[in-house]
Amino acid sequence: MTQPLPMVDYARHEHHDFLGGTEQALASADLQTALRRLTHAMSEGNRRGYGSLPDSDALRDHAKRVKEHTLAHLDTYLEQLEKSVQRLGGHVHWAETAEDARRIVAEITTRAKAKIVVKSKSMTTEEIHLNPALEAAGVEVVETDFGEFIIQLAGERPSHIVAPAIHHTRETIAAVLSTHTGQELPPVPEVLAMTGRRLLREKFLAADVGISGANFAVAETGTVVLVSNEGNARLTTACPRVHVAVMGIEKVIPRWEDLPVFLKLLARAATGQSLSIYTSILTGPRKPGEKDGPEEFHLVLLDNGRSRVLATPFRESLQCIRCGACLNTCPVYRRIGGHAYGGVYSGPIGSILTPLYDSVAANEHLPHASSLCGACQSVCPVRINIPHMLIGLRELQHEGRGDEGRPNAARTKKHGPPWERLIYWTWKQVLLRPWLYRWALWFGRWFAGSKTGWVKKMSGPAAGWTKHRDFPAVAPRSFRDRWRDLKDEPPPS
Amino acid sequence: MNVALLVTCLGDALFPDVGVATVRLLRRLGCTVDFPEAQTCCGQPHFNSGYHGDCRDLARHVIKTFGRAAHVVVPSGSCAAMVKVEYPALFPDDAVWRGRAEDLARRTHELSDFVVNVLGKEDVGAAFPGRATFHMACHSRVLGLKDEPQRLLANVRGLELVPLERHDECCGFGGSFAVRYPDISGAMVDDKARYAEAANVDALISTDAGCLMNIAGRLRRRNSNLKVLHLAEVLEKTA
Repeated sequence: MTQPLPMVDYARHEHHDFLGGTEQALASADLQTALRRLTHAMSEGNRRGYGSLPDSDALRDHAKRVKEHTLAHLDTYLEQLEKSVQRLGGHVHWAETAEDARRIVAEITTRAKAKIVVKSKSMTTEEIHLNPALEAAGVEVVETDFGEFIIQLAGERPSHIVAPAIHHTRETIAAVLSTHTGQELPPVPEVLAMTGRRLLREKFLAADVGISGANFAVAETGTVVLVSNEGNARLTTACPRVHVAVMGIEKVIPRWEDLPVFLKLLARAATGQSLSIYTSILTGPRKPGEKDGPEEFHLVLLDNGRSRVLATPFRESLQCIRCGACLNTCPVYRRIGGHAYGGVYSGPIGSILTPLYDSVAANEHLPHASSLCGACQSVCPVRINIPHMLIGLRELQHEGRGDEGRPNAARTKKHGPPWERLIYWTWKQVLLRPWLYRWALWFGRWFAGSKTGWVKKMSGPAAGWTKHRDFPAVAPRSFRDRWRDLKDEPPPS
Repeated sequence: MNVALLVTCLGDALFPDVGVATVRLLRRLGCTVDFPEAQTCCGQPHFNSGYHGDCRDLARHVIKTFGRAAHVVVPSGSCAAMVKVEYPALFPDDAVWRGRAEDLARRTHELSDFVVNVLGKEDVGAAFPGRATFHMACHSRVLGLKDEPQRLLANVRGLELVPLERHDECCGFGGSFAVRYPDISGAMVDDKARYAEAANVDALISTDAGCLMNIAGRLRRRNSNLKVLHLAEVLEKTA
């Protein structure tokens, strides 16, 4: 007897097993409850948030134009940002790859002789897998966003861009913290939050280096802006002697006056808040005479494939400000959660980013696992046309393109069975010839006709339809047949 | 007003009653209706699956078929969106076909859009006794429609319109999505069916054949008695 393959631990490891992850997620009653409750609350927040603006559509259009402009002149604004940060006494590091970024940050922590590093929530550092690299260098890394802290203790990956522990319930959080502290903690939010606070405060005070991401960086002033709801970003960047901010190059915005446009939109899009509880505006390291702030400030500018995507029709994906609104509204994400998607980023935007940055071919399911309902685009603060990009990725897959010049290009293959292309081509030939189409209707009646008007079971590629629902039978007389009588029917009086 | 009906392939093969109701409704509203018989399918399945070359051939066929109609009316939001939004973008470097696609896009309207925004009517004189709820088809978003169907339904005599929980969430159809990912799609449509049942109504009304076949198919599998109707079937009925 062969041993069954060990099950992929979707919560802990990145993977390409979308179907397995989906099956597990749909079967978990706890996950289903947690997802529906939280995504519903956040997407209702999004509606409320946009509704509270005099003209959210106009503001979103404006934000999109700022992003379009910035991306069209990205080189200029990044160099301006570098000069601005250096003028303030900060250091700027250019990281072409995730490996470069890890090395740069590790060197900074080594030079600082850091034993403890505190981190505020950052998807960019998740993207480059920073924590294992620092831990391998002998540093204790502590995530300080409560949700990130919980999943770090549990050894899991974030399952949402802004709510990383969305897959947890208060009971599972109590269990994780109880194991960590050795005390039996009740599933009471106040008790759990206070426990987290006590544990984290010690780390803030003892940390040598604080690492953050960056929601925005203003080229004109060299300012890094962080938004958070727990104040941990503020403590991370103010307590330790050294602050390192790791940002994707697309997060730069040109001017100080562009900032409010995005601040107005980000928290509203994400949760419906007018502003997050804390907005940390950090302009360079501590200056002489100032009472707080780090002595050293480092900004790591991460490319990691972004400039390659900039030169493709998928450039629009670089406008994303990581609010998570598309996840909350997505009917697919709401049912399968973040871990099923396999990559760092999940939901509709993840279904674009993961193929683009990991591999188009290896992530064959992500572009297809969408009903193209457009809810994502309708809530996006910069109106990214996610459905079109998903369709574009489907096209790349059929043509075996999209992974050229990538480290994992070897995995490139034409997606899907070869007969699929043939089916669509043949179908087109039928649709271009009305007489043949008529004949196909007759054939359809034979294949999917029924006296009851419904078909209970179909086979072949259509079997998926009848797994959970009946199929309406092909009508005995199609509309075009009935048109002969209808054509001359007298109009109603 | 001269109108050409684009009945859509699903409407033609699976829901001919919807096409018949649309024709009768439009005639009652004073339109002369034609059905260009060369029409087959708008090419949306090819477009959504990423076969854009095949889709362009089908778009040319539709553009030629509806070359002369003053208005093209489609009793389906997704097919209307295909013609209105996607066709012009299919020909970025072809001035002739792009022009013809834009011309057709301007003349094409989803049914509720046509009645409310072109004919300027919100009360079509319909009567339909009973309780019903409304599911918003996703492509209303793409078309930029707001509440045209609900405004039309609000004026139907005898109809009590009951709100549907998460009425604007996708029912899980999505073309090939429903077949490729039956469990995800099935979870979506099961929620839709349960919300509809919880509304305690006689019928669920929508505007797209895709949603109708999906929701009705799931309700039937659940042995539910709830009827699923296209907007045209409700608006066509008079006292």
